[in-house]
Amino acid sequence: MRQGALPKIVLAVYLVVLMLPIYWLINMSLRTNSDIMSGLALWPHHPTLEKYVHIFKDPTWVHAFGVSLTYVAINTVISVTVALPAAYAFNRYAFIGDKHLFFWLLTNLMAPTAVFAMPFFNLYYAVGLFDTVWAVALAHCLFNIPLAVWILEGFVGGVPREIDETAAIDGYSFPRFFIRIFLPLIANGIGVTAFFCFMFSWVEQLLATTLTASNALPFAAVMTRAYSVSGMDWSLLAAAGVLTMAPGAVVIWFVRNHIAKGFALGRV
Amino acid sequence: MNGKPINNRAWLFVLPVLAFVLFSSIIPVMTVVNYSIQDTMGVNNFFWNGDAWFRDLLNPSTAIGARFNDALFRTLAFSLVCLVIEAPLGIAIALCIPRTGWLVGLTLVVVALPMLIPWNVVGTIWQIFTRADIGLFGAALTGLGLHYNVTQDPISAWTTIVVIDVWHWTPLVILLSYAGLRAIPDAFYQAAQIDGASRWAIFFNIELPKLQKVLVIAVLLRFMQTFMIYTEPFVVTGGGPGSATTFLSIDLVKIALGQVDLGNAGAMSLVYYLITLTVCWIFFTIMTQLERRGDV
Repeated sequence: MRQGALPKIVLAVYLVVLMLPIYWLINMSLRTNSDIMSGLALWPHHPTLEKYVHIFKDPTWVHAFGVSLTYVAINTVISVTVALPAAYAFNRYAFIGDKHLFFWLLTNLMAPTAVFAMPFFNLYYAVGLFDTVWAVALAHCLFNIPLAVWILEGFVGGVPREIDETAAIDGYSFPRFFIRIFLPLIANGIGVTAFFCFMFSWVEQLLATTLTASNALPFAAVMTRAYSVSGMDWSLLAAAGVLTMAPGAVVIWFVRNHIAKGFALGRV
Repeated sequence: MNGKPINNRAWLFVLPVLAFVLFSSIIPVMTVVNYSIQDTMGVNNFFWNGDAWFRDLLNPSTAIGARFNDALFRTLAFSLVCLVIEAPLGIAIALCIPRTGWLVGLTLVVVALPMLIPWNVVGTIWQIFTRADIGLFGAALTGLGLHYNVTQDPISAWTTIVVIDVWHWTPLVILLSYAGLRAIPDAFYQAAQIDGASRWAIFFNIELPKLQKVLVIAVLLRFMQTFMIYTEPFVVTGGGPGSATTFLSIDLVKIALGQVDLGNAGAMSLVYYLITLTVCWIFFTIMTQLERRGDV
């Protein structure tokens, strides 16, 4: 339907502009600090992987990268697991207070994290989880579980109710039906949901840094090490920044064909 | 939501969700409520303070009231500016993405990339990018003879935060709109072609009405996210110069964690939370209305 060159040009220009800041970060990460300070260069004239090697050799950075991936993984597993039965219930049954409960869940998705930073600190300190990956993983459940319920509810709605009824007639017990028949049917939805949980847990930093001190400091927070008395280590900062984009880029590549579907439900 | 069997045992399915979210939501909210109605004379020595914090906060003639008013106004203005830019831009770009083809997957991945970057790294990227000495954006604007300085000039700081938000979040509007556009059956376009409809006619009579639902969601999400913005301005401008980019979240964290002024912070948190709840409720009502109309 859309012919002509104009849309293609507009799209190309937009994509280039979108990529410029990211390209600039990569450019910086491949240059040494003295090279950076000596003047602008549109591409690295003497590319070096020095800072990447530095990061991979420093246990603090490596540890922090592991920490970030760990709490994101824990959070994604918890969110999807508890959201599945709830999404099924919201879609298939009417029960007392269902609509109010659904709205209340959504409001947590909208809650400003800044409001929660201070009480979260007190809460997790009191229960002894402060500075552990569990604190961050649980705190991120605040917005990721409602999100997962919301997305999954849409996918559950895509499965005809007749399938539930047929399985019941065939003598499937509910748990067996749910795991053996229903879950495979919404596998795509589970993938898309896991992707969004991963994404929102990976990018959130305010709670992640408030709830950790040294043991469980996320990767992106360790970046403050590049700010030192001797001046900014721009090159190191840029290299670390590039590394934080890697997991997201890998994950999105796997779900690229489903992502539009996830959005199509208008659920994210 | 019609025709569903009533089954209150469904509550059992919802209980795990309830337990997790309640743990992360009710206890913190109650802590904030506690702070907001008490005053403290030192460590763990709280006493009842009634609604005094709230009266101060909502009275613009007090110091904290004026501060809250300013921050609220700044945040609302910021949300509005971002929405006005991002919604049309997002729709326009979504219209440019082809419906099918091998490039679609790659385009979507590239478009979504900014959303997958940790928010403080987004700040870092722009901190570097906007510097006049080592950043392309800053150097280009300075080279054009513009007065551009993020840390000194309020207008530069404001523009930068808006540009960052547009860069960071227009992709969300694009992906939502694109998904909405893809859901339009080809038959609609064929019919329009037969009728000889112009490109504008197609947009206003077919595409825009079909996009209504996803657009409500996009506007809601974008409003909420801009209204809560914290990390990017914190990294890039630190709320300055002066208080030019001190949005509500930044001010709140300054009061709560910087000045440890728990009473004011508690009251401010609650009012802030109530504003987001109200807006959320309005949009939720619109959404359910649209859905009901779609069902009929």
